[in-house]
Amino acid sequence: MHIEILKPGLATTVQDLGRQGNYHLGIPPSGGMDLASVKTANWLVGNDEDAAVLECSLMGPTLRFATGCLVAACGADMAPLVDGQPRAINTAFCVPEGSELSFGFVRDGARLYLAVAGGIDVPHQLGSRSTYTLGRLGGVEGRPLKAEDRLPLAQPQRNVPEGRTLPHNDCRFFGKSHELRVVTGLYEHRVMPESIEQFYSETWSVASEADRIGYRLKGGSALTFKEREPPFGAGSDPSNIVDACYPVGSIQVPSGSEPIILHRDAVSGGGYATIATVISADMNRVGQMQPHHQVHFTRVSMEEALQARREEQKRLERLKCLLIG
Amino acid sequence: MKTLTPRYSPAGDEFLFVELDEEMSLDAFFMGLSITSRLREMALPGVVEICPANASFQVCFDPDQLPLETLTGILERLHREVAAEEAPTLETRIIDIPVLYNDPWTHEVLMRFRERHQTPDTTDLEYAARINGFDSIDAFIRAHAGAPWFVSMIGFVAGLPFMYQMIARERQIQVPKYLRPRTDTPKQTVGYGGCFTAVYSVRGAGGYQMFGITPAPIYDPERKFSHIDDSMVFFRPGDIVMFRSIDRDTYDQLDAQAQAGEFSIVTTPFTFELEAFMADHDAYNATIQQRIMEALDAH
Repeated sequence: MHIEILKPGLATTVQDLGRQGNYHLGIPPSGGMDLASVKTANWLVGNDEDAAVLECSLMGPTLRFATGCLVAACGADMAPLVDGQPRAINTAFCVPEGSELSFGFVRDGARLYLAVAGGIDVPHQLGSRSTYTLGRLGGVEGRPLKAEDRLPLAQPQRNVPEGRTLPHNDCRFFGKSHELRVVTGLYEHRVMPESIEQFYSETWSVASEADRIGYRLKGGSALTFKEREPPFGAGSDPSNIVDACYPVGSIQVPSGSEPIILHRDAVSGGGYATIATVISADMNRVGQMQPHHQVHFTRVSMEEALQARREEQKRLERLKCLLIG
Repeated sequence: MKTLTPRYSPAGDEFLFVELDEEMSLDAFFMGLSITSRLREMALPGVVEICPANASFQVCFDPDQLPLETLTGILERLHREVAAEEAPTLETRIIDIPVLYNDPWTHEVLMRFRERHQTPDTTDLEYAARINGFDSIDAFIRAHAGAPWFVSMIGFVAGLPFMYQMIARERQIQVPKYLRPRTDTPKQTVGYGGCFTAVYSVRGAGGYQMFGITPAPIYDPERKFSHIDDSMVFFRPGDIVMFRSIDRDTYDQLDAQAQAGEFSIVTTPFTFELEAFMADHDAYNATIQQRIMEALDAH
């Protein structure tokens, strides 16, 4: 049982929910950048939520199925095509033995998650099948897929019918303008207060350097840091700190000019001041932002961040009950 | 120990960042290592990641199992305990890292990125030697390889160690990073930025000045080397490292061993005593050097 890659797409990797407990060794969590879509796609085909799926960025792959399979695509809207015939996203459908699955242009979002009944059965590394490209770890040889790769499939875990679909309200539309909620702190105190106010009042634009490591933003004003005598070991640029850990989701502003939001393949640390962190409930949305999309940051309290977290957990719990009981 | 006042900052709803000091110091590093080691021993449900860094640390946690206030309270208590300790010791190891300084591979790369450097007319080593007041590259290399280093943080990318030299601050080498980062750095490059030396575990982007290359593999996703355990990463925070300047013939020999999967890094167990070290750095470092020389001779 396997899938053959005919065309790899722009950046297609094997991902699951990621690996934990290795960040202190510089190995980030990895895993799908939109974990909600990883889970819903898995549930639609009767998998446990942590089965490995394909994360397909902006331009999907072309795949040939050596075995007939139930599949589902969630996340970005790129019309699935079975031998050229369109299928719906957010719905389980069969790909018959010997058929080709390809994808249309992306109409919304940035990353589509393709779950296959049973899941993609590449070996676990450090407890996960997720690809971490910088460390050549997980997935297929720790790299994005290329033509002629073969992906082994595991046995389906549950028998579920085709045609199952997400409730209408759970079929997400991401749009081109994004409101990201953040908790402030970290090294914000190094920046002039009026410059921080400016940061939150502006509309930022996603730059072309937007990948699994981080999203660079541009179009806003450069930050002004407070004057200081550089602390020993920090470096002379006002945005420098003594190299420290970077939380996943943290926003750093190298040299004050272009903010970067770190994501699930984050560099684990470095010498730039971080000023805030995107709340966990909004990290999936970051993974669905395309270059040139508009971003606005909103400050929230910890209580609001936890409330948003609980709401998203409840939504997913409800979907899980509905789809796999 | 110097009195440090930790600054606790939540980062989103899943991380707690703790800065022990704005500036780099052995006190801040030791404090962070001690607090995070104790937290790891507690094996608290809801603690997901514990990451010590140079003068700070961070914890990733699951707020559904462990509320932020509880975690902060535990860390405050651990800080008080560690601060009250009289003479901290650290069970660690001394590690021999052979280095071909001024090697042809980093030289080729640094020539390619000369326009991103402070002094396009000199090499990284010549620049670093000059701004630190050494009269020759050789004297500079003797300083880099002449006293041990603490691994103060692992990170940036998988398995990359940051190291801090165990000498008085006024003797420490300081070098700015490249003006703009390179898009390439050879694997196992020995680099320098700020007051830290680093060994690049994988090939890739980098902004540190490049001084040489080690034949020692330090990251092993393919599981080829017996000296690297299941974590795939060789270094640990708290490791003590001695660099050893080697010539091209020795490099080629060790590199051939590494390619064949037969290379093993020489290490020896060591109990580090902060008080003895603080009393006389140079005498203590001579002991460290002696211990690793003995281990090398036995190898």
